[in-house]
Amino acid sequence: MWTFIHKLGSPPWFFGFSGTLVRWLLPITVILLLVGAVWGLLVAPPDFRQGNSYRIIYIHVPAAVVALAGYYVMAFAGAVSLIWRIKMADVTMRAAAPVGAVLTAIALVTGAIWGKPTWGTWWVWDARITSMLILLFLYLGVVALFEAYENKTAAARACAVLSLVGMVNIPIIYKSVDWWYSLHQPASIKFTGESAIDSSMLYPLLLMIVAFYCLFTVTLLLNMRAELVWTHRASGWLKQLVGDS
Amino acid sequence: MYFESLSAMWHMDGHGFYVWLAYALTLLPLVIMIWLPLKRIRQHWRWLEAEQRRTAAATQTPAMGSDV
Amino acid sequence: MTSPADVANPLLFFFMVITLFPLGLGPDPARLATLAPGILWVVALLASLMVSAKLFASDFEDGSLEQLALAPYPLAVTALAEVSAHWLATGFLLSLVSPMFAVMLGLPETGLATLLISLLLGTVCLTLIGALGSALTVNIRRGGLLLSLLIIPLNVPVLIFGTTAVREAVLGGNPESWLALLAGLALGSLVVVPLAIGAALRVSLDS
Repeated sequence: MWTFIHKLGSPPWFFGFSGTLVRWLLPITVILLLVGAVWGLLVAPPDFRQGNSYRIIYIHVPAAVVALAGYYVMAFAGAVSLIWRIKMADVTMRAAAPVGAVLTAIALVTGAIWGKPTWGTWWVWDARITSMLILLFLYLGVVALFEAYENKTAAARACAVLSLVGMVNIPIIYKSVDWWYSLHQPASIKFTGESAIDSSMLYPLLLMIVAFYCLFTVTLLLNMRAELVWTHRASGWLKQLVGDS
Repeated sequence: MYFESLSAMWHMDGHGFYVWLAYALTLLPLVIMIWLPLKRIRQHWRWLEAEQRRTAAATQTPAMGSDV
Repeated sequence: MTSPADVANPLLFFFMVITLFPLGLGPDPARLATLAPGILWVVALLASLMVSAKLFASDFEDGSLEQLALAPYPLAVTALAEVSAHWLATGFLLSLVSPMFAVMLGLPETGLATLLISLLLGTVCLTLIGALGSALTVNIRRGGLLLSLLIIPLNVPVLIFGTTAVREAVLGGNPESWLALLAGLALGSLVVVPLAIGAALRVSLDS
């Protein structure tokens, strides 16, 4: 396994590996997304209390879950970059940030749209939405910090430090927002309560979560490939590949 | 299929606007997120191919004389 | 080093911005009293942001930061020393004067001691995180605003714990668990954040 991770650090090996992976994963992702969306939109029964508006859950929850996971991918790549000075880890981190930010924004927007028919307002400061908003700020901070540095190698290391601090902070933030919310709300009203979800609704949700994970991976790999093709344009291995194509 | 007709599917008992809006606003960024890097890779690849053709041409034809 | 203005200005900022709230919200004492814990804490956070930008700036400009980086001590330790000195001149003093402004906002007396303690503990965290932001942005042009964007999300837990502690005290409840959380955050930050500051300073010096 260590040799595999070692090989990932080599741009030409990674480029070849990711090319094959993307060729399979992209169509799989599209299929999973389509099947999941159709299942959730058209096949699954409506919710007893919320009616058909609950169907937004099939994009809101997967986006939110993968957005949070994406931050950990980014921070982990940053840690690898800082500790072992592996350039490919920098590339991974840089590729993950905008994907995670977009997914967080999607989670927030879909959450707001879901809120309107459910609670009557476009925005409610409940624990999950508020935590998502802070996650968005954390992502945007990493992106802004990267853009602000002229020296991009230093930029990557700065972002690695920042995302690591963010990663440590995220559980604390989520927990504190949770407590903040429960302190200010009377116990009888719960905007996003935990309720048992029926299996006819659970399976399409799980499928969509898997689909979004695949989507994140595909987008991450594509972003990394795009960067490699440009930054390594003078290197022999890439020229060889282009010449052979 | 839960819905009985196409118009029922569109309407979703009054919630259609929200559901379809949410799905559309999700689909759009996802498509863009996949299309943008693919486009970049294609562009750079073509640039590299052109670059290789240029260097190949340059090495094959010796430099033109000054009598042109 | 630290001029009298560097010490007085943040306190003056704190004072003036607090005044904006009655002006903006209306002088109704009951409403101000309800909002007081949040107002005091948010303004303290903003004041901390303002002073953080300058933390490493002068050392960076005159080259003394590079000297410190070459010293045999780990940069994290040096950073901790600088941050402590900075805290004494800013957050510490701000905490001490806060009861006075709390009274102006009508915070009940039961909350004053908790406010003081919560700010003492909280400003330790705020100063450390602010220093991290400063270390990350010291070599960037117009890095001041970026600094705020970076560290505001990281300060959310401190804000929540601090205001909740004060509110608990005002309501006659038990703020001790919230103060304990603040103390835990402060201790944790004292151990972890200087390491990040050291790493960030190296990045800025190398860039």
